[in-house]
Amino acid sequence: MEKREYQWAWLMVLPVVLVVAFSAIMPLMTVVNYSLQDIFGPNSRFFVGTAWFTEVLRDPALHGALIRQLIFSAAVLLIQIPLGVGLALCLPKKGPWVSVSLVLLALPLLVPWNVVGTIWQVFARPDVGFAGVILNSIGFDYNYTGDPLDAWLTVLVMDVWHWTSLVILLCYAGLQAIPDAFYQAARIDGASRWAVFRFIELPKLKGVLLIAVLLRFIFSFRIYAEPFVLTGGGPGNSTTFLSQSLTTMAVGQFDLGPAAAFSLIYFLIILLFSYVFYLTILNMDREG
Amino acid sequence: MGSKRRYIFLAVWLVFLMLPIYWLLMMSLKTNQEILSTFTLWPENLTVANYVKIFTDPTWFPGYINSTLYVAMNVVISLTVALPAAYAFSRYNFLGDKHLFFWLLTNIMAPPAVFLLPFFELYQSVGLYDTHIAVALAHTLFTVPLAVWILEGFMSGVPKEIDETAYLDGYSWPRFFITIFLPLIRSGVGVTAFFCFMFSWVELLLARTLTSVEAKPIAVTMTRTVSASGLDWGLLATAGILTLVPGALVIWFVRKHIARGFALGRV
Repeated sequence: MEKREYQWAWLMVLPVVLVVAFSAIMPLMTVVNYSLQDIFGPNSRFFVGTAWFTEVLRDPALHGALIRQLIFSAAVLLIQIPLGVGLALCLPKKGPWVSVSLVLLALPLLVPWNVVGTIWQVFARPDVGFAGVILNSIGFDYNYTGDPLDAWLTVLVMDVWHWTSLVILLCYAGLQAIPDAFYQAARIDGASRWAVFRFIELPKLKGVLLIAVLLRFIFSFRIYAEPFVLTGGGPGNSTTFLSQSLTTMAVGQFDLGPAAAFSLIYFLIILLFSYVFYLTILNMDREG
Repeated sequence: MGSKRRYIFLAVWLVFLMLPIYWLLMMSLKTNQEILSTFTLWPENLTVANYVKIFTDPTWFPGYINSTLYVAMNVVISLTVALPAAYAFSRYNFLGDKHLFFWLLTNIMAPPAVFLLPFFELYQSVGLYDTHIAVALAHTLFTVPLAVWILEGFMSGVPKEIDETAYLDGYSWPRFFITIFLPLIRSGVGVTAFFCFMFSWVELLLARTLTSVEAKPIAVTMTRTVSASGLDWGLLATAGILTLVPGALVIWFVRKHIARGFALGRV
């Protein structure tokens, strides 16, 4: 059905615009301001043009963080999306176990992000943690505080633990929306399990999967608290991702100019990716 | 896949999800001596001393109150402003609507780390630093766009004929919205409140930056206290377990609508 043209609708949107503008536009202006100036104190600041941007773009430490970030986000998507779809197909469709499974699945999503780090810290430590002790006792030399690869894998497994449920719940909602008649028709045609998935379930899941990929990309791309608590970015800088480099730069070293320039570049990368997705989702909504 | 194999796969996954939480719970019930000296799946000397300590220590308890307060404020603000806006997006075309919607979404995408310093300066200059409302407002940056997104999904599922019939019957917009429309999207409102709660409850980078004493959230109390007094594993685990309780309670209330909610009302 066509929507009606109605310019007064702006009045209904106005409160949202004001609230979000207060927390988004003003701070963003401050960031832009910082990114173009060298600030020594409240009254001595110099315009430096694009100097900070050039510096940030040439910083090898940030290149490292960006590459680690991209690999991490790619790994997150490659593991969590198929796993989430698979597990959503395993969930019962009705009955008393539905609620129980859903509540258990959602639980990791409601854990404060730094507590996720704490949970995995006490779970994976080789001295007091369940996983750490078990892995070492069956012969793996596992120590996430000392070995970069172990640390990276632990952060990845932690993220899979934390966020796969989001993909599962999204896909489960998508599957619930498929009418029974579709399955009956497939049964009459003698379709295989794979054919049912490929030609009935997957097309219906396209919309929710797009949202899932978008959300998982974004949340993994700005991950901060979990690895910060678990590994502190180490050992070395093997688990230092973009947000952490940025926070260290801004709060730790108080390099406001470069940090602001970095923020803007960081934000732009995310924005670009989101925009492509937004257009795709919009087009799909239109097609119905 | 046979249905038996499916359930085994699911069960294995659920065990994997629960194991770290189980371990945390067991640790909170052990003495530090037992944690460090032996590896036990069940506490040998079950103790609730850690829980007693947290509930009686005046530095811990206010943290819970603070977190609850700013989360509650955030949910109320987000719903109040998002409801009319979501209605406008779901029912009308207006100048710049699609751009506005995308601009709102970009705020969900923005990494909080980008906003740390500007927020700190902004809230300090308007005298809101270290208040609950500062954290609540800072969190609206992503909860309001999220609320608009979810509510718009739910509202688009309600046929427009209902609106038109109500207007023909002489209902004014506010009266129609409150007495007819809101009851229709009850579950959507519940789910939205849940999501605002969720994202405000789990976020700590901003909450930590904008508070020092008066409005300090529980999870910050947790990391600071624990690191100040050396590693007290039992106490750390107890504090962690206690931060899970509100989330678990809230999930239980929305369990029927949770799947649709996670799909942002879009299926």
